[in-house]
Amino acid sequence: MAETDSAALEARDLHLWRGSKHVLRGLSFTASAGHLLHVRGPNGCGKTSLLRTLAGFLWPEEGALYWEGRPVTEDRDGYAAALAYLGHENAMKADLSPLENLRYATDVRHPTERRTIESVLERLGVGPQRDLPFRALSAGQRRRVAMARVLLARARLWLLDEPFTNLDVAGVRDLSAVVADHARQGGIAILTAHSELDLPGSELRRLELE
Amino acid sequence: MGKDVGTWTWFHKLASPPHFYRIAGRMIPWFAVPAAILIVASTYGGLVMAPADYQQKDAFRIIYVHVPAAWLSLMCYMTMASAAAVGLIWRIKLAHALAAASAPIGASFTLVTLVAGSLWGKPMWGTWWTWDARLTSELILLFLYLGYMALRSAFDDLTRADRASAVLALVGVVNVPIIHFSVVWWNSLHQGSTVLRKGGPAMPAEMLWPLLVGALGYTFLYAALACIRVRGEVLIRERNASWLKELEAA
Amino acid sequence: MTTLTTSLPRAAWLVLERDLRLAFRRWEQVTHPVMFFLMVATLFPLALSPEPALLRTIAPGVVWVGALLSALLALESLFRADLEDGTLEQLTLSGQPLAWLLLAKTLAHWLLSGLPLVVAAPLIAAGLAAPGEAVGTLMLSLALGTGVLSFIGSVGAALTLGSRRGSVLLSLLVLPLAMPVLIFGARATDQAMRGEVADGPLWLLAAMLILSATLSPLATAAAVRVSLE
Repeated sequence: MAETDSAALEARDLHLWRGSKHVLRGLSFTASAGHLLHVRGPNGCGKTSLLRTLAGFLWPEEGALYWEGRPVTEDRDGYAAALAYLGHENAMKADLSPLENLRYATDVRHPTERRTIESVLERLGVGPQRDLPFRALSAGQRRRVAMARVLLARARLWLLDEPFTNLDVAGVRDLSAVVADHARQGGIAILTAHSELDLPGSELRRLELE
Repeated sequence: MGKDVGTWTWFHKLASPPHFYRIAGRMIPWFAVPAAILIVASTYGGLVMAPADYQQKDAFRIIYVHVPAAWLSLMCYMTMASAAAVGLIWRIKLAHALAAASAPIGASFTLVTLVAGSLWGKPMWGTWWTWDARLTSELILLFLYLGYMALRSAFDDLTRADRASAVLALVGVVNVPIIHFSVVWWNSLHQGSTVLRKGGPAMPAEMLWPLLVGALGYTFLYAALACIRVRGEVLIRERNASWLKELEAA
Repeated sequence: MTTLTTSLPRAAWLVLERDLRLAFRRWEQVTHPVMFFLMVATLFPLALSPEPALLRTIAPGVVWVGALLSALLALESLFRADLEDGTLEQLTLSGQPLAWLLLAKTLAHWLLSGLPLVVAAPLIAAGLAAPGEAVGTLMLSLALGTGVLSFIGSVGAALTLGSRRGSVLLSLLVLPLAMPVLIFGARATDQAMRGEVADGPLWLLAAMLILSATLSPLATAAAVRVSLE
């Protein structure tokens, strides 16, 4: 068993099949406080499948996943409470405003003050759009709001699937700063991205999938 | 499959697909031969040796098909739901394979029950179909089977099909008694007690034994059919496994 | 381990409130099943005869078959949008017990699809020449029965999420399971219209509501997880 903090997340010999495709072939890695893990690989190599496995949506056929030394299957809700997941979809209701969306998404975990949500939206550069219907936002703004949800989740483990999609240069910079900050505060982030990452002052490691 | 099975090794070994595939193949004759003997005996006993019913004459003889089939239609559903529960809880592929293999067999027995009941109804009630409580329950059971198979076929991915249909089987098995009770209750309101009781405890021994032998025979028939079908299901699930390629080469 | 600070009742309320708020922004979700209910009920006098004595005989059956079909129609939308925009994924990752949140979600669904049918039922009862004394029992039986349908239906809706051609399949799965509700609901209505006390079937419906509210969220949760695999 791993000690509580030396390896907060540990994947041991993960094998995952999707239909007849053997996506993960004995993948093992660990991630501890302050680690950033950049998952790389060509299209269709299973980056999303890996993140969905780490989020607990997919169950590996073999191998196991440990969070703070315990198998995640023992306490799925406890593990979910410790993680924040950003998928391909932004998980926002088009008919609700960013503020409303974030309130429902965040309050279900921790009661959060309106001011806190507003300041996070400001930080990610979508403060002025907070009361517009989500559908009225541009694709890049939507991604920023979705990232605000991750930030507000108060989770140690961030699983970000292509977080930089649709973002402009400023957006990439803002988001990178947020992720680097998270790591500096002892958080863990596992993310997929096609481009090289520029995350100042953080321990960035690579996980190559073939 | 995990490595930490410990004392469950025998179970683990049985649940390993190549082993199970061989065992199931070897079991087929052990089920099929008794099934054939028992069903022939039951048919002979029922059609030739048993005396004609004083009220229903020879028409009652259809119970030697109808009753065992009805028993099997329920037993298959129970087997299917139990296997589904095992598959869902312990994530055992073989259990799902058994559930998937049982459904068409169960649906067939249900259909046989309905057809036999209908054939029996014609001389008894003068009509092919009557909304008798048991026939109606059996009809709804057929719908449950059809729904289960329709759900399975709606998924491309076998793992998801297995798990989704397992949930449905469990919901169904909770509902089967409720459906049966509600239909009996409904029937007692809408139809008088004119419906003839089929069989009943007062049945003389020479009428009863072929029925019991028949029930046993059909159970063996189910076991044989399940072995054959479950082998097919295992093949589909393991089509990429190395042991199959070795089997092919041998 | 991280622990959440939001209480269970509060979490359930948030799920419920969100769905109600969404429905107020989009009324079709609420109005379409009711319109369907009224139209189906209109078909019967046209297809059979406008004769009040006949309509009165068939009224319980018409109302209940109509309600059943309308409830089925509404079920289609229960999880579909949430699956497509990713909020269903987030619901399973909230860290709160999924079955509990889905119970709240199903309750919201009943408020938005079952309750309008209950409210519309007196109109149909009047149109089918049902005696006024029976309306109370009709509404009560519909309230209980549509509740059961929502809970049973939520399992079906979640099961068909990940499959191709969901809507017809959903009906195939849910209709056999819904037959007891139809039997007891129509019977309660029938008894009330004959001026009898309909306590028996109403209690049975209530028992089924409790049973389905207890068990079906667990099945729905399992089915939702399968749909996300």
